Amino acid sequence: MLIDWFTVIAQVINFLILVWLLKRFLYRPILDAIDAREKRIALALADADAKKTEAEQERDAFQHKNEAFDQQRAALLSQATDEAKTERLWLLDAARQESDSLRAKRQEALIIEQQNLSETLTRRAREEVFAIARKALADLAGATLEERMADVFLRRLRELDDAAMAGLKSAFAASSSPLLVRTAFTLPPPQRAAIETALKETLGGEMQVQFETAPDLVSGIEISTDGHKLAWSIADYLASLGNGVDALLKAQPKAETKTGQNANEHGA
Amino acid sequence: MHLSPDEIIYWQHGFFKLNATIAYTWGLMVVLALGSKLVTRKLSTGLQRSRWQNLLEIIVTGINQQIAEVGLRRPQKYLGFLGSLFLFVAMASLFTIVPGYEPPTGSLSTTAALAICVFVAVPLFGIEDQGLGGYLGDYLKPTVIMLPFNIISELSRTLALAVRLFGNMMSGTMILAILLTITPFIFPIAMSALGLLTGMVQAYIFSILATVYIAAATHARKPEPRLDD
Repeated sequence: MLIDWFTVIAQVINFLILVWLLKRFLYRPILDAIDAREKRIALALADADAKKTEAEQERDAFQHKNEAFDQQRAALLSQATDEAKTERLWLLDAARQESDSLRAKRQEALIIEQQNLSETLTRRAREEVFAIARKALADLAGATLEERMADVFLRRLRELDDAAMAGLKSAFAASSSPLLVRTAFTLPPPQRAAIETALKETLGGEMQVQFETAPDLVSGIEISTDGHKLAWSIADYLASLGNGVDALLKAQPKAETKTGQNANEHGA
Repeated sequence: MHLSPDEIIYWQHGFFKLNATIAYTWGLMVVLALGSKLVTRKLSTGLQRSRWQNLLEIIVTGINQQIAEVGLRRPQKYLGFLGSLFLFVAMASLFTIVPGYEPPTGSLSTTAALAICVFVAVPLFGIEDQGLGGYLGDYLKPTVIMLPFNIISELSRTLALAVRLFGNMMSGTMILAILLTITPFIFPIAMSALGLLTGMVQAYIFSILATVYIAAATHARKPEPRLDD
């Protein structure tokens, strides 16, 4: 018989003891250790997940902040740039205006100076010219010249046209005061008589004629009554010449300033 | 020359006796229990652990996984019984490399004892899981006519368990003994290696069959296959 029943019973008991022993010393500690390790790993993983989430949140927050900061900086930069541009334009404008006004002032000053200078020059020149002319004519003037002048005056008186003559006549007729004849030098008596006769012939009627000497006429003759005057003198000529020269000189600086301004604009 | 280690008797007093089967079983029990105790004395729950702890963890989780794969819902509950079956049978055949050793599983008494344990454990686990009525009702399925056949199948599979393991283990020892008389060199070593393989396969078959019987008795369902397996 291959089966020994005592051994069978003993082996059953042995096996049950073995089961208990292995449960006690092998399975339970090993499974406990594995469970503990799994728990630790799960905890570590959960912790890592939590940290990761936190880190992601922090990263997102940081990125948001960064973006906001960038935007703010860009906005500030663009604002500053705009302001600087505006300021620059304004400053340039102001500088241009200032320079324009300065240039205008300077030109004005230049023109005034030029005008003053030219005026002084022309005045001096004119004065000199007139002084020379007056001196020359005064030197030349004399009794003979006066005679010639009286002759010229008489001829002119006769040659007056009708309208002028009528005006003269009425003016002299209306006046009650004596007719005044002024000359630069004292006329000799024959000349005086000739003039008196000529006047009487021309104007008609009786009248008193009074002769007077006036050196400021330079050379010439002048008859006058209340408000009317008939004259021929070198002083008149000189005065009209002086007026003409003055008008010419005043016209000239204007033209010069115009060309000057053009040149300045090209220069700027 | 003897068929079974039962025949080597060291001490006897009437019905009680101490034969090689019992002695070597005690030896195996001491080795298993002491080894486990030594390794699990200082277990580490951290990521760093000793290689012996690693080995034991691999064995325990491996058995656990096997039980789960068969379809038992709570494998840790059956781990003590089924794991001990496997470890005992595997260790018994593994120690055949030690000269003079007689595997206790080479005795029909031992394999019968283990088969009886399974024979008793299956209904116990079944009743615990679905109650006495539920368990006994299974014998009447699909019809009452099937009752005797179910009972015969229960008995025969227990007998088959015992004889299969005994036959395989005994044959390994017998072949080795016979070959040693014919060709004393080299060839017995190859046969010994083959015997080791056979022993491991038998340990696996024995414990997996026990698992299947328990699973059938507890109406366990195969778990849904996971995608990452």
